[in-house]
Amino acid sequence: MGLLEVKDVNKRFGGLQALGNVNLSVAEQTVHAIIGPNGAGKSTLLNCLVGKLIPDTGSVMFDGQSVLGRTPFEINQMGISRVFQTPEIFGDLTVMENMLIPCFAKRDGSFALHGIRSVVSEGELRDQAEQMLEDVNMLDKRNMHSASMSRGDKRRLEMAMCLVQNPKLLLLDEPTAGMARADTNNTIDLLKEIKEKRNITIAIIEHDMHVVFSLAERITVLAQGTPLVEDTPENIKGHPKVKEAYLGEAA
Amino acid sequence: MFGLDKKDGSLLLIVTALVIFAPFLLNPFPEGSALAQFNAGYPDLMQRFVIFGIFAIGFNILFGLTGYLSFGHAAFLGVGSYAAMWMFKLFGMNVLPALALSMIMSALFAVVIGYVSLRRSGIYFSILTLAFAMMSYALAYSVLATDMDGPTQQGLLQKGLTGGETGLQLTLQDPRILGAQTTADGNIPVPTLFGLEMRSATELVLGDWVFTFSAGYYFSAVVMLIAFYLSIRIFRSPFGMVLRSIKSNQQRLTYTGMNPRPYMLAAFVISGMYAGLAGGLMAAMDPLAGPERMFWTASGEVVLMTILGGVGTLIGPVLGAGAIKYMENIISKINSDILHSWFAFLPDGLEDFIVAIIYPFIGKGWHLTLGIIFMLVVIFLPGGLVQGGQKLAALFRRKKQEDTKSATTEPAE
Amino acid sequence: MDAIILQILNGLDKGSAYALIALGLTLIFGTLGVVNFAHGALFMIGAFCAVTLSRLLSLSHEVAIPGQVDFLGNPATRDVPYVYDIFGEAAGAAIIDWSVPLAILLAIPVMIAVGVIMERGLIKHFYKRPHADQILVTFGLAIVLQEIIKYYYGANPIPAPAPQAFVGSFDFGALIGFEPGTIIYPYWRLVYFAFAVVIIGAVFAFLQFTTFGMVVRAGMADRETVGLLGINIDKRFTIMFGLAAAVAGLAGVMYAPITSPNYHMGMDFLVLSFVVVVVGGMGSLPGAVLAGFLLGILESFASMREVLEIVPGLNQIIIYLVAIVILLTRPRGLMGRKGVMED
Repeated sequence: MGLLEVKDVNKRFGGLQALGNVNLSVAEQTVHAIIGPNGAGKSTLLNCLVGKLIPDTGSVMFDGQSVLGRTPFEINQMGISRVFQTPEIFGDLTVMENMLIPCFAKRDGSFALHGIRSVVSEGELRDQAEQMLEDVNMLDKRNMHSASMSRGDKRRLEMAMCLVQNPKLLLLDEPTAGMARADTNNTIDLLKEIKEKRNITIAIIEHDMHVVFSLAERITVLAQGTPLVEDTPENIKGHPKVKEAYLGEAA
Repeated sequence: MFGLDKKDGSLLLIVTALVIFAPFLLNPFPEGSALAQFNAGYPDLMQRFVIFGIFAIGFNILFGLTGYLSFGHAAFLGVGSYAAMWMFKLFGMNVLPALALSMIMSALFAVVIGYVSLRRSGIYFSILTLAFAMMSYALAYSVLATDMDGPTQQGLLQKGLTGGETGLQLTLQDPRILGAQTTADGNIPVPTLFGLEMRSATELVLGDWVFTFSAGYYFSAVVMLIAFYLSIRIFRSPFGMVLRSIKSNQQRLTYTGMNPRPYMLAAFVISGMYAGLAGGLMAAMDPLAGPERMFWTASGEVVLMTILGGVGTLIGPVLGAGAIKYMENIISKINSDILHSWFAFLPDGLEDFIVAIIYPFIGKGWHLTLGIIFMLVVIFLPGGLVQGGQKLAALFRRKKQEDTKSATTEPAE
Repeated sequence: MDAIILQILNGLDKGSAYALIALGLTLIFGTLGVVNFAHGALFMIGAFCAVTLSRLLSLSHEVAIPGQVDFLGNPATRDVPYVYDIFGEAAGAAIIDWSVPLAILLAIPVMIAVGVIMERGLIKHFYKRPHADQILVTFGLAIVLQEIIKYYYGANPIPAPAPQAFVGSFDFGALIGFEPGTIIYPYWRLVYFAFAVVIIGAVFAFLQFTTFGMVVRAGMADRETVGLLGINIDKRFTIMFGLAAAVAGLAGVMYAPITSPNYHMGMDFLVLSFVVVVVGGMGSLPGAVLAGFLLGILESFASMREVLEIVPGLNQIIIYLVAIVILLTRPRGLMGRKGVMED
């Protein structure tokens, strides 16, 4: 049984069937890509996984527990971290402070009242955060105001913020969207490195086939809210159904 | 020092020094001189400086850190005052239990109001808090001011819990079960700290200068310093950092595994307790509590203080509270005669003209001046006085650097 | 039954004022995305337009009364308003008597000018600033406006009576078949309600049937898309602000005979109007109108002597109580839409 098990998930928005009988199993310690043309329901599916949306029917099990009806912060506490399509960081805070927030969340849970303790005295967490920043080559930027960084740096910071929590599952929502080729390749290398070093499970939603085929071990193709195929990258490449979904009936 | 880093430690030391020497610093002009009206070193005004300082420090913990703009913080100020008054009436005139009850009561109110208001954010939150404060005002003004005396008719609740428009006052009939009901000469006792009367003061006469040291001021000042110290600790704590991250990106915070709502509620309650403490101190300095303390203008005032001083900075709210209370006191005292005496050196026509221009802004026109200053600050200096000071300092430094640079390069040519 | 109808009628005038102010607030909020704390001041300025006009019309000069002397032996004089000289005595007196309704003619250009200056001079620069800044700067402006009025007109309320024809009350109950004497209603309040209905109807018709209105409605639904269409939103926003200011101002003009204008009446109404907007649902025009009348009527019921004997002062807090209950049970208000101000 996989780390993440999605069974018969349906989601309707008014008259639109956004997800129809989605089944998905993400095995532990794999990189699982979910691809599909625009409007295939990738983002809806992702939102169902992190608690932003609740499916009409079906079940989503993570690590043996249902995530349905839980809030995003509870789901994060279960071990799912999410990287957004546009980097979501704490723009008013420094890079180091950005890193410390997830450390606190990991150590103290969803709420803890440390009103008097000083942030400076949190040596252990600071070490953890610095280590992580070093892993993503951002240690020199630790005192920078995070809003003033480049988009690529923001993305890396966001990833570091997710990884410092040692999540069981890392969800990536188009991590290279809007990036230049060089940045994209850097991100691919970074993700490969993370994968080797930490041995975590990654589910990735992506448009860019270059990224998908460089990283993924399993691929699920979504079209019009339903999974078409799930297979290894080699088998997906030549699959007629996939071509059809991407290029339309005429092809 | 006290777990603060060097910068915060020296800030605390500076504020402490300013507060201790305030009776001197605020009285720079000799008695009877033309400038004596600019003196602010008398107890009543100095007490207001520090008490409103506490109010603004607390407000800044909510607004400065989380960005949630409460427009109803005066409700807690009022609750604090009423609670302290009831402590004086029922138990005795010691200020410490009174302040304790002020904080407990305001905390309870803040839990209820915060729990409801924090279900919404942004403008909704501002309006909800405003509505709650105005409801509290209406409650204090009329609903809770009706005769609630039981059959025993002790007279204690004859004017309800709040005393309505005239406010809640001490009377000779108050039980004060732990203290004296009346003083030896048959008067209503005054608030004390274990016997030290809050209104007692000693005067120091140095030549033409008169300096007043009031027990009430120094007691309030100590309370403010503690409050200020705690706010520094909160600002530098993980809790404070989470509050800032709520302001920055609430979505990221929830997806990082934290629940913003209890953090917000905690910040709201802490900030409400600061307001309650300030309200309690007001009652301790002058044992009277009226509903106008809860009116929306009072809520607006603390917003003004915080913005004027510098939102989200440590020292800003204290500066803002001091600046506004000082200007209020000085500007509202100026009248047209004083203006004429200032500009008497000008030719008559010009003198009248200038006085006519300035006149709307002084005396009763103080609020007009306040409104204009406030708008200017919001438009041009959103960081308040602190930002203004930083800008000036940066300008000065750059100029200095340029000077030294040109000084060193010139000889080389 | 007659008591119920009487209370509903009594709630109509305040409800009308709430509805008109809330309508303007919602228009500004919905189109410009700005929370205008100075909107109450516009209502107040409108009321002072009525005061100003009635003062202007009453400007007089002294005329000697032939053949009479005062007790000092000087020729006796009397004050004759200039309008008498221009229009003759009868017409002049009628004009002075009708100064409040006539003030509408003064208020429309004044209020539009005030609104446009406010938007161009100040609000415009705050579209991209945080909501808190918008609240703060308009709050500052509200203080300034009300202090200016206070400087020129003093702190005391100044009466601005309705035309003689509308002073007093009539037996509304008898008209609709109740026993005479049960439902007595002042004429002017009925006038005010009718006036409010006309204004509200005009605003809705304007938004419904003109292309300008269509763009505005589309802008309220989805600002970005309308911006993308290349329609000059800026200019329309300015006009919209002027319109909202005029609505608030007219509400104020006609309210002058009901409550003598004073400098803080704007803020008094603004706080309640905000509550009305929130109850109606932020960004919903019908919601604002509906909630305005509902809360006005509710307040009137809570002011009944029978109710006040049970819960003293209920009339003072009923609106807030209702607002809190509604926000807890229907967080978006009565007719609020999803997604408005929820970030």
